[in-house]
Amino acid sequence: MTDATLTQGRSTSPFAGLMSGTVGPVIVVVSAIMAIWYIAAVALNTPFQYDLYERAGQTDVSTSQLITDTLAQKKPVLPAPHQVVIEIYKTTVEKKITSKRSLIYHSGITLSSTLLGFLIGTSLGILLAIGIVHSRVLDKSLMPWVISSQTIPILAIAPMIIVVLNAVGISGLLPKAMISTYLSFFPVTVGMVKGLRSPEVIHMDLMHTYSATRLQAFWKLRLPYAVPYLFTSMKIGMAASLVGAIVGELPTGAVAGLGARLLAGSYYGQTIQIWSALLMAAFLAGSLVALIGVIEKLTLKRMGMNR
Amino acid sequence: MTALASAKDTEMVVNKNSASPNRVIDIDNLSLTFETNDGPVHALSDIDLKIDEGDFVSFIGPSGCGKTTLLRVIADLERPTAGSITVNGVSPEEARLNRAYGYVFQAAALYPWRTIARNIALPLEIMGLGKDVQQHRIKKNMELVNLSGFEKKYPWQLSGGMQQRASIARALAVEPDLLLMDEPFGALDEIVRDHLNEQLLQLWAKTNKTVVFVTHSIPEAVFLSTKIVVLCPRPGRIYDIIDSDLPRDRNLDIRETPEFLKIAHRVRDGLRAGHSYED
Ligand SMILES: Nc1ncnc2c1ncn2[C@@H]1O[C@H](COP(=O)(O)OP(=O)(O)OP(=O)(O)O)[C@@H](O)[C@H]1O
Ligand SMILES: [Mg+2]
Repeated sequence: MTDATLTQGRSTSPFAGLMSGTVGPVIVVVSAIMAIWYIAAVALNTPFQYDLYERAGQTDVSTSQLITDTLAQKKPVLPAPHQVVIEIYKTTVEKKITSKRSLIYHSGITLSSTLLGFLIGTSLGILLAIGIVHSRVLDKSLMPWVISSQTIPILAIAPMIIVVLNAVGISGLLPKAMISTYLSFFPVTVGMVKGLRSPEVIHMDLMHTYSATRLQAFWKLRLPYAVPYLFTSMKIGMAASLVGAIVGELPTGAVAGLGARLLAGSYYGQTIQIWSALLMAAFLAGSLVALIGVIEKLTLKRMGMNR
Repeated sequence: MTALASAKDTEMVVNKNSASPNRVIDIDNLSLTFETNDGPVHALSDIDLKIDEGDFVSFIGPSGCGKTTLLRVIADLERPTAGSITVNGVSPEEARLNRAYGYVFQAAALYPWRTIARNIALPLEIMGLGKDVQQHRIKKNMELVNLSGFEKKYPWQLSGGMQQRASIARALAVEPDLLLMDEPFGALDEIVRDHLNEQLLQLWAKTNKTVVFVTHSIPEAVFLSTKIVVLCPRPGRIYDIIDSDLPRDRNLDIRETPEFLKIAHRVRDGLRAGHSYED
């Protein structure tokens, strides 16, 4: 960081000032993405726009008119960023939360099954890891299943989970949450197994000289060691949970949730709606992962490991 | 507590029956070979060693000659491949389960998420001692190694030498009758080392502990020990055992006396001979 700032301080490039600190680079990257997005939107929407002109008998259209029109279509192939932003604004700020058309309402639905699934998945992952670390038999018998479970595409298994659970009378939040669980237990299991096995030999030897029981060694050594691993895998698990919840809303023809919005959007070619649901999902995932990051920081600080 | 009490009982029974009354460690014809990917490593070969209660025994020898390995065998951290060993008259495993010894590792091995005071409390928690006993022992032993005032610091906030002293305090807090110390003062400067040598000697003289001590320093070995074991490498074996006739009650000035220098000389000769095997 300091080295970079120093060299930039000396250079005479006009970008030197812009690229120092964090705000500058972030602005540059975001603007670059926006520019690419707008160019792509114009390029992708132009063919359809020509169709429209043809049908309307318009022949002499200026380039600036063409660009304005491609960025203002009702069902564009690729909506422009501002269209998505306006849609999000309309469906969040301007709609009551209880409204079926409120994006916040739908996000809430998806969020609740995400969180439930994440909670179950994380607990399951931790328990599996504890079993695997402490028993050779479980290590040999469970680990292959844990790994092969993730080789099945979630899109294939999601409808089955929902149908099976519906058949035994479980519907609503839980089937969706199960899919989140299915996706999120894996990174937690793998991360925790690694974490619980990571204590240095000398630290394990120390426990040995105290004749500590396995339970004592677990609480006083393995678990604290695994905490940073747990947080890393929880971040992955949380993002996977959200994907699981959205995927879980697709096959059931669910009426609510971000997945339902995506599905409805694609039925009716409402690309702007799809994109706003997508962005909302991305924002949600980002916030949840950031939240875990904050809890991680506080926890590690309490544990004195915040070097 | 009951475990400790019964340990003492067995020890007394054994003492009554055995020929030498206060035998703490009895090693007979012991060998240890590590099976590694590039063939066997003969870490210890034909070790015979008797250590009695109240002995202060130093292991000295070139790097890689098996000092740590021998100490780990006594502590049941390593199993010998041949020969026999008893600690307090029982197998090393039983002795460990009876919490017969305190072990100071070559590295400090503090838990990074525990403050210094809580690191010292760790074995006490595992033994299930009461909070006030813990507090008392933490305070006493932190004073002993000159770390008072650093109770709330985390290991990474301390220098390497301070960390090592904390790990010594942790081992002492267990108040074991047998102390196994693997180069405990290796990371310390000369003055602190002298100070801790004196402290350790006082503690030993006062409590009649048995100490097994690994060091690379000839003066340290001679100053502290009643028995000096010189090891030589490849395979690791005992080259010489020197029984010191220095008085048990000593201070640092003894290092200038001819008796001291004579023993130091013999240790040095042993080490030289050991090294020459390497060529
Ligand atoms: N776990 C192990 N596996 C294989 N070889 C080992 C193992 N531990 C030690 N050794 C070998 O055994 C020999 C003795 O090692 P040891 O650690 O006892 O030496 P040391 O005398 O304590 O040396 P130092 O003074 O450097 O600490 C060395 O050759 C070492 O490579
Ligand atoms: Mg060693």
